[in-house]
Amino acid sequence: MATRGRSSFCRSLPELELLLLVILVLLNGTVLSLEAASSSEIHTGEGNNTSKKPFPVIGIMYDDVSVPFEISLWVLLASLMKLGFHLIPRLSNVVPESCLLISVGLLVGGILKLARDEVPPVLSDRIFFLCLLPPIILDAGYFLPIRPFVENIGTILMFAVVGTLWNAFFVGGLIYGVCQLAQDKYSEINLGNIGILPCLLFGSIISAVDPVAVLAVFEEIHINELLHILVFGESLLNDAVTVVLYHLFEEFMESGLVSAVDAILGLVSFLIVALGGVLVGAFYGILAAFTSRFTSHTRVIEPLFVFLYSYMAYLSAEVFHLSGIMSLIACGAVMRPYVEANISHKSHTTIKYFLKMWSSVSETLIFIFLGVATVDGEHHWDWIFITATLILCLVARVIGVVGLTFVINNFRIVKLTTKDQFIIAYGGLRGAIAFSLGFLLHTDHKKIFLTAIITVIFFTVFVQGMTIKPLVELLAVKKKHEAKRSINEEIHTRFLDHLLTGIEDICGHYGHHHWKNKLNRFNKKYVKKILIAGDRCKEPQLIAFYHKLEMKHAIRMVESGGGSKLNSSFPSTVSMQNIQPKIQSPPSARPAERALPQLTKGREEEIRQILRTNLQRTRQRLQSYNRHTLVVDPDEEGFDDLILKKRRMMELDWKIKEMTNYLTVPHAQGSPTMSRTRMASDSQAYVKPGAKGVPSIQIDLASPQSPDSVRLLDEVGHDQGLTMSLPSSSSRAYKTGGKDDDRDHQKLLRCLSDPGPSADEDEDEPIPT
Amino acid sequence: MLMINVFVSSVSTEQIKNLHMRFQQLCGNEKTLRKEHLENIPTLADNPIKTEIIKAFFDKRNQHNNELGSYEEIGFEEFLMVMSHFRPPSIKTSAEEKAAMRKRKVRFLFNMHDTDGDGKITLEEYRKVGIVEGLLSESESIGQEVARAIADAAMLEVASTNVPNMVREVTKITLALFLHFACPQILKDLEMESRMYVRFLDMNTANLRCGK
Repeated sequence: MATRGRSSFCRSLPELELLLLVILVLLNGTVLSLEAASSSEIHTGEGNNTSKKPFPVIGIMYDDVSVPFEISLWVLLASLMKLGFHLIPRLSNVVPESCLLISVGLLVGGILKLARDEVPPVLSDRIFFLCLLPPIILDAGYFLPIRPFVENIGTILMFAVVGTLWNAFFVGGLIYGVCQLAQDKYSEINLGNIGILPCLLFGSIISAVDPVAVLAVFEEIHINELLHILVFGESLLNDAVTVVLYHLFEEFMESGLVSAVDAILGLVSFLIVALGGVLVGAFYGILAAFTSRFTSHTRVIEPLFVFLYSYMAYLSAEVFHLSGIMSLIACGAVMRPYVEANISHKSHTTIKYFLKMWSSVSETLIFIFLGVATVDGEHHWDWIFITATLILCLVARVIGVVGLTFVINNFRIVKLTTKDQFIIAYGGLRGAIAFSLGFLLHTDHKKIFLTAIITVIFFTVFVQGMTIKPLVELLAVKKKHEAKRSINEEIHTRFLDHLLTGIEDICGHYGHHHWKNKLNRFNKKYVKKILIAGDRCKEPQLIAFYHKLEMKHAIRMVESGGGSKLNSSFPSTVSMQNIQPKIQSPPSARPAERALPQLTKGREEEIRQILRTNLQRTRQRLQSYNRHTLVVDPDEEGFDDLILKKRRMMELDWKIKEMTNYLTVPHAQGSPTMSRTRMASDSQAYVKPGAKGVPSIQIDLASPQSPDSVRLLDEVGHDQGLTMSLPSSSSRAYKTGGKDDDRDHQKLLRCLSDPGPSADEDEDEPIPT
Repeated sequence: MLMINVFVSSVSTEQIKNLHMRFQQLCGNEKTLRKEHLENIPTLADNPIKTEIIKAFFDKRNQHNNELGSYEEIGFEEFLMVMSHFRPPSIKTSAEEKAAMRKRKVRFLFNMHDTDGDGKITLEEYRKVGIVEGLLSESESIGQEVARAIADAAMLEVASTNVPNMVREVTKITLALFLHFACPQILKDLEMESRMYVRFLDMNTANLRCGK
């Protein structure tokens, strides 16, 4: 750790951490010994129980809290490590986090071994499979981008199933051959004793691409969505294959002989494991969606349902030896659209944050434990076996990917290029799942297998993990572009869907558009009615999406307090009818009088459009799928966000000033009303209602002349701060004229004041498909 | 018939035969296809942009003869011509062929939106076709003002991607603009040439369903 703290600025922190670490470890050790000492004291004390013991002022009872205490220590360590890494800027760019964490694990393991001569068995398979793995998978499954996943499902399945099978048999078979060939050379352990079945078992363990490792590495390199979803999807779906192969070979090893019937049963078992897992997950997902329909009165525990049902899905699948990972993914993916339509915005945020937090901590812990367990385990280093394994794994992966791509490209429209293939092959990282499965082995050759597995894991994570980023740069692989989810994109996606479905109908060909359409309509007609509360099920998705965009934008605008000259640019749907660059009106015109617009319709359109243009430019909603970036939440009180917004506002000001200079009728400059309006500062806006002679832009949020402005800012109660609520049905009537100007003023004020704690209204969170 | 040759060269006669069979199926006893034939297809009835799709088949602009207006009835060549807009690029198509293909497809889409045939899509047309009809199926409804708001926002998005001096003119979208926005600025992932295709070219007779 001393080598890391090169920059003098940050030198103190890692050293501090090291100190803290050592202290914690030693404390642990001393506490334990103290406890042992005190317990012996008590025993001797009880021997002569005639003498009265003084009241123990201070006692140490470590045993009762030992387990939670240690767990907390580990989690704390993991989090501090994470903190530390990101404080050292250059390091995190070069070395992926997973490598650093494994190194830390190695270090900690080493320290513990020195201090206490034994290492706690932290990476027991139960802890791993039951506690550490589910959060990561749930996080991945819940936020899985469904559209690319489903579009590429054929390719993903091919890679996951056929690719993994190929890898398993290739590695298993050839390593057996190598062992047989090498059996004379070594006397330590007779490699020739390793039968074909253990070899195949070993092959099946080591061939699976690991989702944790893939996630950890890939999310730092930001490659394009297609490659990301291919490798990641493969790593998720190959769990079914791994589970089946593992159990299959284990059974065979017990029973000793394999018959053709067993092979067929194996195939059947694969289908059961995969489909069963998905069904279990879907079942729990639907339950969760249904439950969330009724939670409108108990918003606080909504996230709990999501987590619990998902975890139950995982556990239930594990009970029946089905694929827990697939069940978890299915549960998350199925429940998400319905749950998100039902729960409140805050619950949604909570779920998002908790999932990210847990998965992040889990990932960190897994890598650290991997390091610790490496130090602990009994290893048997056999050069031939290990190098052979390594080479075979790499070769198998490359051949598998190339071969499969060759076949798959015949069926794909967007073909996979050589570069893509390289990245897919290179991204086949192994990780902790392989290690845990290896831990569960009962063969005689467990040691050598474990060592080989660890070596492969280390190699893939360190070497491949570190070099993949420069390679991606070198090969100029398409990176992920930040897709601003624009309205046009949404419109055109849907338009195309309908168009292509129509063409398919005309051709009489029931292609996948046709079935997708059918599924959508079934969904809309029946499923949504059951699973989504209230009348929200009827709201067309695009409307919801649009409202969401508008609202986020509106919140952001209001939160940043508005620029000094931004009185005129309120949420885009405000009608500009009543701006007063009216030449004819004398400056002494009563502001209460609603001035009719003198702008021509075309000019007004232009103004509105220009303002909106500029407003729209400030919308930056990142919708790219990245695990650890949380989208800037307008509800957050980020100070630097605020500054960013301020800066944007100033840009906006400047632009609007330019535009208005062009646009505003030049003779309006003479009107003191207008100029005062333009100069109006924030404080001016906080005007008592009804004050006369104040230059104010009367924003009429809806007026008869502008039937096309939508009231998005709805006032709920007069005395609260600005609360946003969406019109729950798209046909909400806008108020026609006849509003008091007083209320206008009030609205103006409220628009500029802080939103305050919004009432816990229901909000829609549509999921763009 | 030059265009047909282009189309033909990339598909097999088998597939053209299938399409021909389908054409005859749709026509019934007659030799040419009319609008009523297409409207009688039951599965098409639920499609919100049914009228536009049907119109597209009879639209002269999609036949690449630079005429305007629409046919009353079309023969197999015209049918094939419209269908050719939907073929996918193969691995052998070069970059310029892909660009040309994209242009054709985008042009097709443009023609679908531009209902009055003046070469520009106005806000009204966009709103009507793109949003009101394009997005919502029959069970959904959309308020006038919301539709207009969405159309506004969409148009402005288009405008905002351009140089500021275009902003003033965006009450209509010309073909140039439409083409421009079909490329990476707004429709980022929608690579038209890859998205807009139908796998009818893979179908065989077994898949042909009776459309009536």
